Amino acid sequence: MSQNIIAIEAENLIKVYLRGSEKIPAVNDVTLRINKGDFISIIGPSGSGKTTLVNLLGCLDNPTSGVLYLSGRLIFNKGKRLPERELTKIRREIYGYVFQNFYLIPTLTVMENVMLPLTFYRKPGTENEAVKLLQLLGMEHRKDHLPGQISGGEMQRVAIARAMVNRPEVLLADEPTGNLDTKRSSEIVQVLKELNSNIDLTIIMVTHNQELARCAGRMFEMKDGQIFQIDRKS
Amino acid sequence: MITTFQVAYKNLLRKRMRSLLTLVGIALSAWVLVSLLGFNNGYETALNKDIDDMGFQLMIMAKGCPYEAATMMLKGGTGLKYMKESIINDVTKEPEVEKTTPILMAAVFDPNKGESGGIAAYFGVEPKSFTQMKTFLTFRQGGWFTDENSYEAVMGYEAAELEQREVGDMILIPEKNVQFKVVGILNRAGTQDDGTIYVPLKTAQKVFSRPDEITTLGIKVKKGIDSTRFEEKMYQLPDVQVVSLAEVKQTIMKLISTAKVMVLSIAMIAILIAMVGVINTILMSVHERFQEIGILKTIGAMPWDIFKLIWIETLILCAIGGVLGIGLALILSKVTGILIRYIMPYAPSGGLILIDLKLVLMTMAAILCIGLLSGLYPAWKAGRIRPLEAIRSEIG
Repeated sequence: MSQNIIAIEAENLIKVYLRGSEKIPAVNDVTLRINKGDFISIIGPSGSGKTTLVNLLGCLDNPTSGVLYLSGRLIFNKGKRLPERELTKIRREIYGYVFQNFYLIPTLTVMENVMLPLTFYRKPGTENEAVKLLQLLGMEHRKDHLPGQISGGEMQRVAIARAMVNRPEVLLADEPTGNLDTKRSSEIVQVLKELNSNIDLTIIMVTHNQELARCAGRMFEMKDGQIFQIDRKS
Repeated sequence: MITTFQVAYKNLLRKRMRSLLTLVGIALSAWVLVSLLGFNNGYETALNKDIDDMGFQLMIMAKGCPYEAATMMLKGGTGLKYMKESIINDVTKEPEVEKTTPILMAAVFDPNKGESGGIAAYFGVEPKSFTQMKTFLTFRQGGWFTDENSYEAVMGYEAAELEQREVGDMILIPEKNVQFKVVGILNRAGTQDDGTIYVPLKTAQKVFSRPDEITTLGIKVKKGIDSTRFEEKMYQLPDVQVVSLAEVKQTIMKLISTAKVMVLSIAMIAILIAMVGVINTILMSVHERFQEIGILKTIGAMPWDIFKLIWIETLILCAIGGVLGIGLALILSKVTGILIRYIMPYAPSGGLILIDLKLVLMTMAAILCIGLLSGLYPAWKAGRIRPLEAIRSEIG
């Protein structure tokens, strides 16, 4: 792990939603530093703010206030809002996203799904990335299958390959095992661990599953919008 | 590498029935559009041909309504006016004139024609001068009259078919109680001659009690003559009107252009209906793929990429629908022509639906423009979907 290089640095991040006149703080003063090559997991009950935090860290949403640096670059600064176009540019440069529901295009083959991000944006040197990733994730033999012809675990592997095809710096996995059984869930987390150790990929994983969360290098818990690092020895 | 086009095309395959029904809607509109415009084209061309095949450039008639005169020449008619035969000499002596042919038109109500009777048109003509003008007329049976005072008739192809006449048959002119012997039946000419019965001019003058009178004098001017100037010269003759076929054509075309506006309005309505169908289909598709479109944005798609994707889907639908519709119009043009002729029996002879390459390309361009316009709103809407909204709806 490259312990000294900071991938993401958040200072006093706050996200407040308005419900009528009521203010609901979803993320409340979160300060967090994630180094390049870290594999962190975030657990917490529903409504604790973990997905909102990941959305802020992943530039899917603007914080109400606070500061966010990505690889030393200042992204959000004290309430300054970025337009969607700018957020998209940052996202496609830095992040890969994996979701609970996979969101593979049902009419595209496994290979086409993995290559889909390249249709919109292609980093130099990613020409053969799709083939390499399918090999790495053990899905090469399924490359011509449609999503409907493969299992849930395989679909999530395809979704991971799709997220990885543009060589992101950070992989955000929001409940990546939420739709999988225990065996498949362990396999997916194993895949993430391998990516983390093999290519030094920074991974932020949100999960409900404490056992899977323990596979990460660092573990955090969200409660009422605040984040706490969990001492794993306890 | 997968292209945006491939993604768009494969998206349309998801809801095959819906895409198919939208295609059918577009194809039907394209069919209506091409057929209506083809009808416009065909009608104009057929009318031009009918007028050109009259064999002469100018007609001299007794003073009256020029439109009526033109109609009479084209389809036969009533309310005829007559002029003295001596006018033939006055006109023929002019140096600009190459040939003339006198015609006496007569319209008689024939109770046996059709289901409830109809007007039968008889043309008294001089075979010699008339055939010099109408060189394209050929005989299926028999030939022209043997004598200019004979009671013989030559029937146009359709007139003979309608009355089931053969050479040697006798035909009775109703009201006059005079019989004519059929001596010739013309081949199909594709002109108004097909429905006409020709009799010798002298005989016609006797039978219809118009001695030394004619209704029309057809004139062919020599090559290189300025027909407008000659027309002005002919107007110096007393109590005549000169009908230039170019003018007739122009007048009728003016009338047709009014019909054109109506035809185009109908086509526009058909297009609007198709447009609404396309917008509805694409909007539904965007709505159903709300989360997926949001996710596409998380994997790198910019708003323009999504806009393009949805726009291409619309264009694919419109392009395929357009091709199908045009194909359908081409295949069914004959049937459509027959149907129109059934509704409009007095339509010009010849093909009524004329679909040429220009029309095909124009229609295709119009359909694609409609596709571009129809796709604008759904594509814009899709382009504005925020990934966060998609993810939140996943949570919900």
